[in-house]
Amino acid sequence: MPSLFTYANPKRFMDLSSALLPWLTVATVLFLFAGLVLGFLSPPDYQQGDTVKLMFLHVPAAWTAMMAYGLLAVASFFSLVWRHPLADVAAKTAAPLGAVFTVLGLVTGSLWGRPMWGAWWVWDARLTSFLLLLFLYLGYIALWNAIEDETRAARAAAILGLVGAINLPIIEFSVNWQTLHQGESIFREGGPTIASVFLWPLGFSGLGYTLLFFTLWFVRIRTEILERRARALLLAGAA
Amino acid sequence: MPVFNRSGRVAQLQFLTVDRLTAIRGQRVLFRDLSFRVQAGQVLSLEGPNGAGKTTLLRMIAGLMAPAAGTIAIATDADVADDSEERGKRIGWLGHLDGAKSQLTPREALAFYARLYDTHGAIDEALALAGLTKIADLPCQYLSAGQKKRLALARLKLSGRAVWLLDEPLSSLDAEGRKLVAEIVSAHRLYGGIVIAATHEPLGVECVRMTLGGGA
Amino acid sequence: MRMTPFLSLLARDIRLATRAGGSVALALAFFAAMATLVPLGVGNDLKLLARAAAGVLWVAAVLAALLSLNRLFQADFEDGSLDLIALSPLSLESVAAAKILGHWLTTGLPLTLLSPLLGLMFGLPPEAIAVLTVSLLIGTPAVSALGAIGAGLTLTIRRGGLILPLLVLPLLAPAVIFGAGAVRGVLDGLSNGALLFLAAFALAATVLSPFAAAAAVRLNLAG
Repeated sequence: MPSLFTYANPKRFMDLSSALLPWLTVATVLFLFAGLVLGFLSPPDYQQGDTVKLMFLHVPAAWTAMMAYGLLAVASFFSLVWRHPLADVAAKTAAPLGAVFTVLGLVTGSLWGRPMWGAWWVWDARLTSFLLLLFLYLGYIALWNAIEDETRAARAAAILGLVGAINLPIIEFSVNWQTLHQGESIFREGGPTIASVFLWPLGFSGLGYTLLFFTLWFVRIRTEILERRARALLLAGAA
Repeated sequence: MPVFNRSGRVAQLQFLTVDRLTAIRGQRVLFRDLSFRVQAGQVLSLEGPNGAGKTTLLRMIAGLMAPAAGTIAIATDADVADDSEERGKRIGWLGHLDGAKSQLTPREALAFYARLYDTHGAIDEALALAGLTKIADLPCQYLSAGQKKRLALARLKLSGRAVWLLDEPLSSLDAEGRKLVAEIVSAHRLYGGIVIAATHEPLGVECVRMTLGGGA
Repeated sequence: MRMTPFLSLLARDIRLATRAGGSVALALAFFAAMATLVPLGVGNDLKLLARAAAGVLWVAAVLAALLSLNRLFQADFEDGSLDLIALSPLSLESVAAAKILGHWLTTGLPLTLLSPLLGLMFGLPPEAIAVLTVSLLIGTPAVSALGAIGAGLTLTIRRGGLILPLLVLPLLAPAVIFGAGAVRGVLDGLSNGALLFLAAFALAATVLSPFAAAAAVRLNLAG
């Protein structure tokens, strides 16, 4: 019975990831913990006070959300060019995770902005482009869910993923351009320069978020592969 | 039957081959290692139960769908077209959908397809052949299913293509319409063309029969 | 690319869009109705309206163009015409290009031509109206082009019309930003280069989209 998995071998991924996952999980916990503890122990900023500590939650979330879209685009490319089912699964599972990190980035950004800007939401360049990134993720997920045939859904989503990846820097550029040209400056470009006391906790928490993403991603890919296997077995049993 | 090859020269159609073709739909194998050959001047009648993969096979031959494995080629005395793009340019297609736009008249529809396919077929002649002359200037929304099918047949005739793929050509046609199908299919056969028709009923033309399905 | 097949497809699409029940009149009416609703909502302060005009009209134009986009390939897909078109001498990339051009000629262009009138009603000064019209003229091709990708991707989805805007609207953010930004630049007496950015964006989108749209259509035809 040839199925999707006759043509590709996710077995190697399953073996590799099951060996890697415990280490990844431990490393994730350690780095996140270190980042958060160091972050909370860091001195208040002379301008922003204690709210600066939100940075350790916000900046890594934003970074991870962008990285996730990058990985999604790379997986989409593999999926289109080499038609590899593992790439389909990797792209599919990266999207909801990326969307969650985007929401996290938006919420922490808004909380951080409240004391700085005096409003829960301002159309600051970064927040706006993250909101658009969220819509890109949602569109991608919606397209996956709307097409029933799995292979076709994977290809269509891959095209969308790549178009989005090409467009994302342009969106970013246009939003930045708009913020610079709307006359009322809200947020100085570049933001406050980061003092070195904040650098270590930021680095740790950035690494922690990145590892967290990879841990969750691998778990999601494994689940999806197992689900597909189960479905293939059920179908084979019914035939 | 003459065919234009890649360089725009005229070549003679020889045969169509299907070699070890496999079709998978979802997780189900429709057919596996299917091989056959149709010579110029032959009509192949594809039979078999619903879901056996007749439409899928036609779409694969046309190049609209990629097979899971296997090759399809349309050969002339000058070249062999085995990629889907080149094959598609030799195909005359009659799908189970009629392709009629309700806002356009049969004459407009045929004029459009003649220009789209860059052929110099005579539109009035095609209309007369299909028995549509009287309603040639009536928007297609007023046409019956049988009349739309006749329009599709006129379009097929007008396409000037050498390999005809017909999906249920007899559906929604009356006795006279069926006679029309038999007439244009035999004419195409005698002209040295190839016809492959997926059908539940006999075409009324001398043909080779092949049954799909049953053994999947 | 052969011209006769390309032009025949273009001419047919324009004919279908302009006949009774076609999309041109609908898009124009939608555009005007939306532009009318905004002053009713935000009040008739002409100063405020002039500030908002470019953004409102750009958003209305994008939405009006989106209305007919989900039928771009779907109408031909549903009645079997798309198979016949795919087997024509035209490559699917050329088919997508013809469809994009046809869509722009029957939505983007008429909307652009109507926009000076609406700009006037929003209290825009003449030079701002001119820039608004130019921005729509060079920017709306990007709407048709990127929209065609969405139309190709959602070809076989029954409720594709609901998903299409979600796929396409974020991609169109740069067009709205630069298009409306150009007009605001005139109002503020700045030259901000928005029209050049808009032109670059529209050019890139129009050149690249036919390939992505064709890939999407090809994949859905195989279904």
